[in-house]
Amino acid sequence: MNVLVQGVLLGGFYALLACGLSLMFGVMRIINLAHGDIAVIGAYLVWVLVNQTSMPPWLAALLVLPIMWVAGYVMYVLLLERSRRAGQLVPLLTTFGLAIVIENVLLQIFSPDDHSLLSSTGTLATSSISFGGLTISIFGMLTLATAVVVLIGLQFFLSRTTSGRQMRATAEDPDVAELVGINARAVYAKATAIAVAIAGLGGIFLAIRQTFNPSTGPTQLIFAFEAVVIGGFGSPWGTLLGGIVLGVAQVIGAQVNPQYFVLFGHLVFLAVLASPRGGLLSRRGRTV
Amino acid sequence: MSLLEVGAVDAQYGLLKAVRGVSLSVDEGETRALVGANGAGKTTLLRVIAGAHRPAAGTVFFDGVDITRIPAHKRVALGIALVPEGRRLFPGLTVEENLSIAGGHRPGGGWTVERVLAIFPMLQQRRTQRAATLSGGEQQATAIGRALMCNPRLILLDEVSLGLAPKAVAAVYESLRELIGGGTTVVLVEQDLGRALSVSTRVTCMLHGEVVLEGASSALSREQITAAYFGVRASSGVGADT
Repeated sequence: MNVLVQGVLLGGFYALLACGLSLMFGVMRIINLAHGDIAVIGAYLVWVLVNQTSMPPWLAALLVLPIMWVAGYVMYVLLLERSRRAGQLVPLLTTFGLAIVIENVLLQIFSPDDHSLLSSTGTLATSSISFGGLTISIFGMLTLATAVVVLIGLQFFLSRTTSGRQMRATAEDPDVAELVGINARAVYAKATAIAVAIAGLGGIFLAIRQTFNPSTGPTQLIFAFEAVVIGGFGSPWGTLLGGIVLGVAQVIGAQVNPQYFVLFGHLVFLAVLASPRGGLLSRRGRTV
Repeated sequence: MSLLEVGAVDAQYGLLKAVRGVSLSVDEGETRALVGANGAGKTTLLRVIAGAHRPAAGTVFFDGVDITRIPAHKRVALGIALVPEGRRLFPGLTVEENLSIAGGHRPGGGWTVERVLAIFPMLQQRRTQRAATLSGGEQQATAIGRALMCNPRLILLDEVSLGLAPKAVAAVYESLRELIGGGTTVVLVEQDLGRALSVSTRVTCMLHGEVVLEGASSALSREQITAAYFGVRASSGVGADT
């Protein structure tokens, strides 16, 4: 039972990492291979702010999110817009290149040393409550709650706001979206901005829950990617479910043998990939 | 002055030339029928006018403004709306969302979701259903309604009767009559020659990407159009070949 709870909490973290990836794929059919590294940028930005100005981490996080938003917008306009026009495969290569560039720039600036926000967050990351034999980490709860709030927010945005409806329409048929007056390019830029901001948020949680260094990104990308695939590409609730399934599988694996932590997650991922249905929620809410 | 002025437009898909040197002039308030066999370039011409296809050469003027290089979404704001071939609704969006999404880009004109539902009563009880679940006629009504929500001065209709039951076609054209009566300029592509002639004021016939015949719908005989349609060079045909 405890294992299950730990797995669900871990799943919340993966879901948070994954929703930006899922959004970008859902809207533009772009798989952002730099997603994990972008999350790590968020982690570094908060770390720098906290260490240079000794501001509290939550304030640093509030400052970093708009920065990431703008960075996402710029990333679309400068990189993805051009590569998207060149065909389906080119954006994949572009983000792959971007991932390498980010990792090396971070390595230049911050050295390969491990960093963490653990020491600046006081007891938040380590405290837990016991509840009838269950130990529940406060920070894990906070992560899961954040993921749920972000997903609800995303769902609300997509289904209730004009901007969100335009995003869904553009995802389904960009050609016709243009014909009803929607600027598809602006919609794509906005989707990228949202995705990058959420990745940054994920990165902040990453920085608090574990140590990170310039090469942390790809592992996070793999977990996020697995969560998205398990849940079914492009469905927000599928992403949460996928994250949770992945988290539970990893925790169960670790229970069997600490070395099996990652392995069990991969096995579930492969099993879902091989299954005829694809993702768990892949048929419903196909786009976004 | 004419509302729409297409000048010597060439449009191609790769090496395939779909439209060759087509010039077209449509007056405000006119209903122009575009007829021709499959592959004559009618759809491509409409897409060029709407901005969905970039022409290789030539110009498009709308209300005296050169819009050749203006992207499609800005042309909507200027007052051009296309009902694409095959309807192309957003399948995951509800009827109401499909309509409301097209609104607000060009103020004035007064088209609202309520008004569209009033002229297409069959959509009334479907408004919260996903577009994918609609029948062909309902989808076509939604597609026309979506274009109307753009408050167009010029509406381009690409084969609105394609794949519809005769009853649904009649209903769609009944609502179009209302629209045409309201003074909106219409360019429509229609396979049914009789219907095209009865609804339009002028007719343009295309063959192999070129305009081969043009005239007032009442002045042209069916035989003249049929001849142009299939490439028999009628004596009274306006030859576009050099």
